[in-house]
Amino acid sequence: MIIEHIDAELPGTVTDRHAFRGDQTIVIARESLLILVDLLHREGFQLLVDITAVDWPEREARFDVVYHWLNLASQERLRVKVPVADGEAMPTLTGRFKTADWFEREVFDLFGIRFEGHPNMKRLLTWDDFPGHALRKDFPLDGGDPFCMEGCTAPYNNGERA
Amino acid sequence: MESIAMTRQQLDGDRMIVNMGPSHPTTHGTLRIILELEGETIAKATPEMGYLHRGVEKLGENLSYQQFIPLTDRLNYCSSIMNNVGYTCAVEKLLGIEIPKRAQQIRVLVSELARVADHIVCVGVNAVDIGAFTAFLYLFKQRETVYDLFEMAAGQRLHTSFTRIGGLFRDIPEGFVPLCERFLVECEAAVDECERLLTHNPIWHDRTKGIGAISAEDAVNWGYTGPCLRAAGVPQDLRKAQPYLGYETYDFDIPVGTTGDVFDRYLVRIEEMRQSLRIIRQVLDRLEPGPVCVDDPKVALPPKEKVYTRMESLIHHFKLIMHGMEMPVGEVYSATEAANGELGFYLVSDGGKNPYRIRVRPPCLPIFSSFHDQVKGCLVADAVAVLGAMNIIAGELDR
Repeated sequence: MIIEHIDAELPGTVTDRHAFRGDQTIVIARESLLILVDLLHREGFQLLVDITAVDWPEREARFDVVYHWLNLASQERLRVKVPVADGEAMPTLTGRFKTADWFEREVFDLFGIRFEGHPNMKRLLTWDDFPGHALRKDFPLDGGDPFCMEGCTAPYNNGERA
Repeated sequence: MESIAMTRQQLDGDRMIVNMGPSHPTTHGTLRIILELEGETIAKATPEMGYLHRGVEKLGENLSYQQFIPLTDRLNYCSSIMNNVGYTCAVEKLLGIEIPKRAQQIRVLVSELARVADHIVCVGVNAVDIGAFTAFLYLFKQRETVYDLFEMAAGQRLHTSFTRIGGLFRDIPEGFVPLCERFLVECEAAVDECERLLTHNPIWHDRTKGIGAISAEDAVNWGYTGPCLRAAGVPQDLRKAQPYLGYETYDFDIPVGTTGDVFDRYLVRIEEMRQSLRIIRQVLDRLEPGPVCVDDPKVALPPKEKVYTRMESLIHHFKLIMHGMEMPVGEVYSATEAANGELGFYLVSDGGKNPYRIRVRPPCLPIFSSFHDQVKGCLVADAVAVLGAMNIIAGELDR
């Protein structure tokens, strides 16, 4: 229902869509996220349930940032996916949803996706100089040796410290 | 030396920094809060978490769908059976299968028992933190019975791993229902007793009323779910709003508060315990014999006696263990109403044996993120009350 509404209000925003097992999903470009969020908020999607990401290393836009919204009045759920390449920053939603604060920090911590305009873009679960981002597919399952990775050139480290 | 002292003072405004945790008795697990105090008043509270981060989501990507079940036990360890139920419901949604009726009923039964146990821990420990020790003892006796029941059903008290994809690990044993019926009577009495100790207690009122109050609008914006959201006046309960496991067929009410403060959260939890007992009574009344797992060798392991005696079952067993289930390619988000709020599992499948991505949406993470807002301007003792009423479980928070 909401998807038809989005099509009518913001034509051309939705680049891809699917419904699987009753979950409606739309894919949008990151430039149109904020304007879409305004619309969603107006339409009653006021509970931002979750923000997470999925890593697809072989894809050009490597990550999908995945948002889940819930409309408390109609109990409708909507999943919004935003493809983003490694090194690109996402617009933050903290201005609209306070709950985005920690969720975005967690995504930054575990995937290394930055959120532009976030008031406190620090790691949430791991410590500040933790090497790499744990939920990237190329991060080793055993975690490598996080205490001895100074200057490590493994692909998950990139020689930089976030 | 003097210049440094002045800078510090200019920076902090003569604030005292107090570390609460990571191993403080009121932090319920390992989490740390850095409090900046002006006198006794909290000027800033910075929660620091991750002390219990085990990388559950990363591990899940390297385990098969069945193997992830024991890890869900260790999320909210006060009501681990509900995590089992929530996770297996998500995988079943991905597979698009329906589980047998008896399995649904028993899942509801154990979920509600777990909800009672979780609320007992939350209310009891919150009272202990504030200084009312007695209620804790009355309630904890009942919690022991719940764990006895879990031990009978699953063989373990805490880390139950009771559910399987497609149903349950086994049926509830003989003797479970009589003990459960006795528990219903005794727990009802214990909840009444707890209410007599606390609900009209003026000291309890002084310590909890107006502390941690939040408006409905703010609570939604912070992403609150569960008892904390309902205490703020939003009647959102997934068991009613988006029923699963046949919750729509049970008769129960959703308690709703008005101010969202610690006292309202306490009242909501007390009433939810009563409503859970009501649901358990209804489950016991309608429980009928039947299978507790789907009869589909592509999803559920065949019974052991068949594996040992029949070739075909042995092959199915081998195929399931070695190659896993045939999963469709796709993604699902499935949410259940856990004791703390909406426990969501977002699964992405690429058709392989292991999930491509498992995301656990913990209910207490958004709630805890509002901690600074909740305690700003309060006293340190109030921060303890707020922390207890939020029911932060570090295992679930950090994953």
